[in-house]
Formats: sequence, C-alpha cells, structure tokens
Amino acid sequence: MNAGASPRKGGESQRLLAIDPDANQAFERTVGDLPELLNPGDVVVLNDAATIPASLRVRTTSGRSHELRLAGPPRAGRWPAVLFGEGDWRIDTDRRPAPDVVRAGERLVLDDGTSLRIVSVSDWSPRLLTVHFDRSDAEVWPLLYRLGRPVQYAYVPQAVALPQVQTSYAGRPWAVEMPSAGRPLTWLLLFALRRRGVAIVALTHAAGLSATGDPLLDARLPLRERYEIPVATVAAIDAALDHGHRVLAVGTSVVRALEGNAAANAGVLVPGPGETDLILGPTFSPRIVAGVLSGVHEPGSSHHALLGAFAPADLLARAHAHAVATDLRIHEFGDSTLVLPGIAARQRALAA
Amino acid sequence: MELSNRVAVITGASRGLGLALAHVLARRGVAVALVARTAEPLERAVVSIRAAGGTAEGIVADVGDPEAAHRIAAQVQATLGRPSILVHNASTLGPVPLRLLADTEPAALVQALAVNVVGPFALTRALLGALVLGDGGVVVNVSSDAAVEAYPTWGAYSAGKAALDHLTRIWAAELADTGVRVFAVDPSEMDTQMHADAIPDADRSALADPADIAERIVAMIADASAAPSGARLLASRWEVAA
Repeated sequence: MNAGASPRKGGESQRLLAIDPDANQAFERTVGDLPELLNPGDVVVLNDAATIPASLRVRTTSGRSHELRLAGPPRAGRWPAVLFGEGDWRIDTDRRPAPDVVRAGERLVLDDGTSLRIVSVSDWSPRLLTVHFDRSDAEVWPLLYRLGRPVQYAYVPQAVALPQVQTSYAGRPWAVEMPSAGRPLTWLLLFALRRRGVAIVALTHAAGLSATGDPLLDARLPLRERYEIPVATVAAIDAALDHGHRVLAVGTSVVRALEGNAAANAGVLVPGPGETDLILGPTFSPRIVAGVLSGVHEPGSSHHALLGAFAPADLLARAHAHAVATDLRIHEFGDSTLVLPGIAARQRALAA
Repeated sequence: MELSNRVAVITGASRGLGLALAHVLARRGVAVALVARTAEPLERAVVSIRAAGGTAEGIVADVGDPEAAHRIAAQVQATLGRPSILVHNASTLGPVPLRLLADTEPAALVQALAVNVVGPFALTRALLGALVLGDGGVVVNVSSDAAVEAYPTWGAYSAGKAALDHLTRIWAAELADTGVRVFAVDPSEMDTQMHADAIPDADRSALADPADIAERIVAMIADASAAPSGARLLASRWEVAA
C-alpha cells in the first residue's frame, strides 16, 4: 500500500473507510460525512496532546553526531528518550548505524553547546535512556522549540514542520509524534458535530514513538504511556453510556487511555492522571469505547491489531481489500478508517 | 466567570497595561503567563508577581513572529495548564515619531499589522483547543479609539486596531455557542510608555492609571456574560465590582 507522502492537513474531503461490525459491512465515505454518520448523544473523544519538537541533534562523548528523540513528557525534569545513530530521516530508522553505547552520567551536547545528562540506560535496550537537561522546565521548553524539530518520516520526502504535525485542537505538549487520527478534523467539522448533538470532549495521552531502530525495543511498542482524563470528559462519557449512546475514540491513543483506565479501575472510568501499557487486539473486549476513528493500517501493524477489538477479522480483511483496490493511503498523512457499529443504517438512511 | 484557579495568557506583559493586568489577575487567584519580547524586564515582572504571592511564568516571544504562537501555546500549557483567559495586549505604534500614511513605508505597515492583527489571530488560533474544549473562555483584544477615529499620523497603528475589532466580531460569530466569548476593549488613554512614545508632550495628569484600567478590564472578564460576545467595550465606562 502507498503512504500519504505529503504532510497535508486533510480535512472534510479526506477519504474515510467506514466499517460497521454490527451490519458486517464496509463502505467508503469522506471524513466530512462524520456528522451524518453519528447520532445525537454520541460522544467523540479527542487526544488534545500537542506534538513536541522531539528530535534533537546531539553529540556523544566520542564526538559522533546522533539523533536523540524524546519519547514522552518529562517527570520531575527527566525525559524518556531514544538515541539513534548518525543520519537523518531520509534513512529509515532500521538502516541507521547503531548509536554509541552510552552510560549513565555521560553528557550529550546539543547544537548550541548546552548539554544534557544521561540519568539512566534501560535494561530493555542500550538506546532507551532517561535524560535531564540540568535546567528548569521553564528553561527547557524554549530550548526545545529553538533546537528541536518534529520527528520525521522516511516516507515523506520533504522535511515536516511543526505546524504540520499539530491537530487543530492541540493543547498540552505531551505527544512525541502527532496523534494523527485527528489530523483531518477541522473546526468546521467539530462545530458541525456539536450542532448534530454530538459531544466533543478531550483527554491528553502522551502518544509515543512509532519506531526506535532497535527490533527488540520495537517489539515492545507501544511503551507505557501517560495520560490524563478530565472530570468533564468522564462525566460526558458516563452520561452517554447511561443512555445507550456510543463513545467514539479519535485515535488508538484515546482507546488505550480510556480502556486502560477502565481496566485498572474495575471497569469504570476514574478521572485524573494515569499510565497504561495496555495493548489491544482481537481478544480484548472494550468496556467504554464503541468505535475508533483512525488512519488506514496494514494487517500486521499494532494499529490494525487494535481494530480487531472492534470488528471481526473477515470484515477487516474485506475492508482492507477495498483499501488496496482503491489505493487508500496509509500512515500519518494518509486516509481515515472509522470502525463503529450502527453507521451502515445511517448510510442507508442518507442514501434513501 | 469564576476567576480563581484559571490560567491566563497576557501579551505585552512586562510593562504598562499588560503588567497591571497580570498583577490584578494574579491577585484574583489566576495563574498568569506573561509574554514579552525582552527577557530582562519580563523576568522582573514575573518576580514581582511571585513576590506578591501570585503564580506566574514568563515566556519570551515576539507575537509578530508567526512561528511563535505554537511555542507560546505549548509553554503555557506545559507549565501552567489549560488557559481560559487570553488578553492580546501587545501592540506596536509602527514607526515613531508617528508619521503620515503618505510617509509610511509599506514594510512598516506590514510589520505593524503582523504584531497588531496577525499575532493575536495566530495565538488565539493556537489556543483554541484549550478555550473551546475547556470550561469556557474569554478573549480580550485590547483596542483603541484609533480603531474608530481617523487621526492623522496614526494610520499604521489604527488600521491594525480596526482590523482587530473586526476579527473580534468574526471570532465571536464563529465561536457562538462554544462558551468562548471574545471582546475588543478600548482601555482609554493611559499613562504608559507607549503613550509617551506616541505623544511625548502629553499632559500626564490627564491620563488614566493603567492599574485602574486593569481593575476594570478584569471586572469585565469576571462578568463576561454581561456583554454580548463580539462587543467593543469601553474600559472607562465599566464600573469595578465591589
């Protein structure tokens, strides 16, 4: 399948692969049809994490140039990070030279001469680090925005700029890669959903890195990720569930936050901060989320496996065949998939 | 709007009306993000608010730089949380001494519009998620009577303020029913550095004290539902609530 290779915003005209597990049907619409496909009372949950310019050029003690990718938001000034060998995004992460083997206490020097300290090296991978900038958070943020750039993608020929990896509703800078399911959601669409009677609420989920260049570490992705669910979001979801309405998660990160939270709290949502390492697949029964808006994913990817929690394998296979036959685009800047029960009936009503 | 525990962003906050607004909001329990171009006076302003018991963060940025909006939005939300009050107070007179439009270089007008119109637009847009998805919000665009009156030599400044007034109305129309209210506020003539730059020989005793105007504007923000969103308000006619 082909990737969406230009860093576009998408918008209402973006193609939407719609999958209704109850009707056992897949069909194609556009993202702009979302208000028509949803019902009054449904709740759409966004991940409002803004994308951090998480990629930094650093030199190790040997003097060799490396790329350091921050892997999540800081905790008490300490950032999780992954060290990549020399080279930029034009070389696939799997084909980069290995990074230097570094130790706790070593320093990594940034382009402007300031340095950061390696606090620890993970047992999981010699390139998974915890780093500290040796300065206050208030000083680190301006530094990041001056020296950092967004994580780049080998399949996008041109450099991706920070505004191109922000959703229109981005808030707290917690994501190290764009929560891309929400990329096509314009304010025009969000307001149209509200006029339809659909509640639009948000949580913040620290979407992590999609690749580390280390096959053993990649096999553990997604790593444990932080999230925070506001009180008002839990209230809106609980009210919808009480009345038999559907909760649509925008992005797998929202599914992980909501289902991870519920799984940790005996099936009910508890507002506030949390962490999840929940990995969803065909055997997982969601308790909160009825469906998901996501990108177009290839079988074998973790995102595609997550769709298996919402639709049977044969239906996903039929939808995938349509995606291949009609050249739907995959990855961060590609087209969209909607898996949600009940949408085939809306589609028939609209067509009639 | 209940002010305590809210987060506010104030541009042009290292002096004059912006600094006064930051102090008044901080006294009312609002965590304030102060945005200004120059680090040293900004740091002094932040220290003065913290010394008075307030919560404040300083963000060095030029609102005339269109790339600054994402960074300001990120830094506010990383350090203080989701803002619900946004005061676009930073502005530039354009070339001083003030000069006729006929003597104004096009580049000088572009620069003035970048600070006075595009900057407030870009920052409002960058913070729209926080405002719309949060628990209500108020955006204040600091205007001027020059937005309405045609004063010779004030062209570069006035055209931007008139545009800002109209942006206020369009934002208000587009954000109707979102819980976000947008106002243009004419603060009246105040005894500030900007006023001295514009009219060096003014009688300062006739000018309003920015601290007094700040009290009035904060009273407006606290009572934002009293005025229709999109309205142009006069600070001089707003009574400070007891």
